[in-house]
Amino acid sequence: MIHRLLITFLYGTLAGGVLPASAGEGEWSGYVSSEYRAFLYKPVDRRQHGNNLSLAAQPEYYREWGGGRQSFTFVPFLRWDQNDSERSHTDIRELTWLKAADDWELRAGIRKLFWGVTESQHLVDIINQTDLVEAPDGEEKFGQPMLNLALIRDWGTLDLFILPYFRERSFPGVDGRLRFTLPIDTNNARYESSRKERNIDYAVRWESAIGEWDMGLSYFNGTSREPRFEIRPDGQALLPVYDLIEQWGLDLQATSGDWLWKAEIIGRSGQLESYIALTAGFEYTFVGIMEGAADLGMLSEVLYDERGDNALTPFADDIMLGARLTLNDEQSSELLFGIITDIDDSSQLLTLESSRRLGNAWKITLEARAFLDIPDNDLLAGIRDDDYLQLELARYF
Amino acid sequence: MRKTKTGKLSAVNISLPGLRAACLLFALLPMVAQAETPQQKGLAIALEADRRDTGWQNQTASLKMVLRNRHGQESVRQIRNKALEVDGDGDKSLNIFDSPRDIKGTAFLSYTHALKPDEQWLYLPALKRVKRISSNNKSGPFMGSEFAYEDFTSQEVKKYRYQYIRDETLDGRDTFVIERYPVYKYSGYTRLLTWLDKEMYQPLKVEFYDRKKSLLKTLTLSDYQQYLGQYWRPRQMHMVNHQTKKSTDLYWTDYHLKTALNRRDFDRNSLKRAR
Repeated sequence: MIHRLLITFLYGTLAGGVLPASAGEGEWSGYVSSEYRAFLYKPVDRRQHGNNLSLAAQPEYYREWGGGRQSFTFVPFLRWDQNDSERSHTDIRELTWLKAADDWELRAGIRKLFWGVTESQHLVDIINQTDLVEAPDGEEKFGQPMLNLALIRDWGTLDLFILPYFRERSFPGVDGRLRFTLPIDTNNARYESSRKERNIDYAVRWESAIGEWDMGLSYFNGTSREPRFEIRPDGQALLPVYDLIEQWGLDLQATSGDWLWKAEIIGRSGQLESYIALTAGFEYTFVGIMEGAADLGMLSEVLYDERGDNALTPFADDIMLGARLTLNDEQSSELLFGIITDIDDSSQLLTLESSRRLGNAWKITLEARAFLDIPDNDLLAGIRDDDYLQLELARYF
Repeated sequence: MRKTKTGKLSAVNISLPGLRAACLLFALLPMVAQAETPQQKGLAIALEADRRDTGWQNQTASLKMVLRNRHGQESVRQIRNKALEVDGDGDKSLNIFDSPRDIKGTAFLSYTHALKPDEQWLYLPALKRVKRISSNNKSGPFMGSEFAYEDFTSQEVKKYRYQYIRDETLDGRDTFVIERYPVYKYSGYTRLLTWLDKEMYQPLKVEFYDRKKSLLKTLTLSDYQQYLGQYWRPRQMHMVNHQTKKSTDLYWTDYHLKTALNRRDFDRNSLKRAR
């Protein structure tokens, strides 16, 4: 915590130092939200909570100067959770200074970014740590301290990253739902690097778009964002173990008519045995269905991990089927439904996400997840009774 | 088209020999040029409109979009628009949303092409994700408005076939009435009946006919202002959908042409830092 505050202070000073007096007016935006989760069944572990209320806020400060070629962004995040103390947390999602020239961009500070193209999982996306208590699908990320130089050329963009500080993954606490059968002891994480979270990681990425093709090739060397686990000596909890890894990644998308063809492939070494993993599939969109404005997209992806049952992910040999309905109305109403099925044991993960705007400043989101036929020895066994319905109401300003 | 011209000329040649024929030929030339077909005249008007609106290099503008449903309820979107003129190809454009607040920072980058499919990317700020999207969705509504994506992207001459219909006075202004027929696939329209102001060579009114050839929408453009002594830009656009009874008004302000923008402000990197 102290370290985090120190980093915050350092970046704050840095940002303060580069902000010229002539900088234009800064502006605040952001949201506050309240979320209610209703669980359909009693928890696997009696210590775990039932229905749950949670509140969150994410203000954003932005100021630019030099015709938008320099900017400063500050995005803190706060969550309060009724039952799970691990889920009540704060973070600095962004605290960045940006300088953009004609053929390069330099960014210093804490940032979030995304790499990849697929929908069911994000193999290539490795820079930011997952804030798992925020969303069980792993889509929410912690801010990552970095120095990033992007070289912009006719042959594409080459991004160079120095990542001086590692963020640990968050996990639901003993009281929390949607966790492993044994809780995770996040206070005693193990590191391969003797410098622990101060190991200096680095990464390189090239990306380009040529005709119908969008592609990216990336390399990462440093502490794995994804931990493996060891059982604590007392047998009452799991300890996250963060190995030093090397990871190559390739992401590709071909956009051809109503078809989007997508693939992400990674090769990782340093975390037990080396392996490759793959997500590949398509999205086909029926434009203007029923002679109206709505679009219906059909998605399918295969999820493969060479390690099979030894994989750290539950998606080693799975297939995802999904549908995305976009009404294209004033309220931006959307609905996404997906089923991920394990080909080997037929366990299923069902997801429904639906949202629409209310008026000009409110947004309501309905989310439901169900876990079907999860075997007792599966990585997801701890969440087999955690099917839930969630309603979130957010006010944007 | 060319066959018609040659045919007329050779008919003249056959009937009158020698120098006299040549003189007559020259005398006739302007008349021949005027005796163009309605298609030729329509195309000539479109080319002239394009010629007059060439050379602005790049442009920034603010755009307020007011959506009204059939009950008159309003919702507002605030957009910043940037455009880059591209020699020999369609223009590039970047639209950044300031409101509604839940989509603030969402940015839409589009590379228009005359005959190839357009290239389009969407930036989703909450996920920090740049998504390449299918450009077939030309007829789909732009942000829930009565404007389709194809109404928003640049109107390249080669995207249509043309026909001159008549001259007409519209609200006291002399106009050419021409019809445009989309030649690109996936257009939601079969024809666009266009009233083009004879002085500005800019549209004052457009009627859009859908795939079933019935009247779908009417666009009225008004409050034109001239920039840099050459380029006319409308400050108001009013689109009515006759089938749904919904309408969308666009209010353009802060037009700036020939600014310091360059192609770097229209690449995928610029999407990520668009605000």
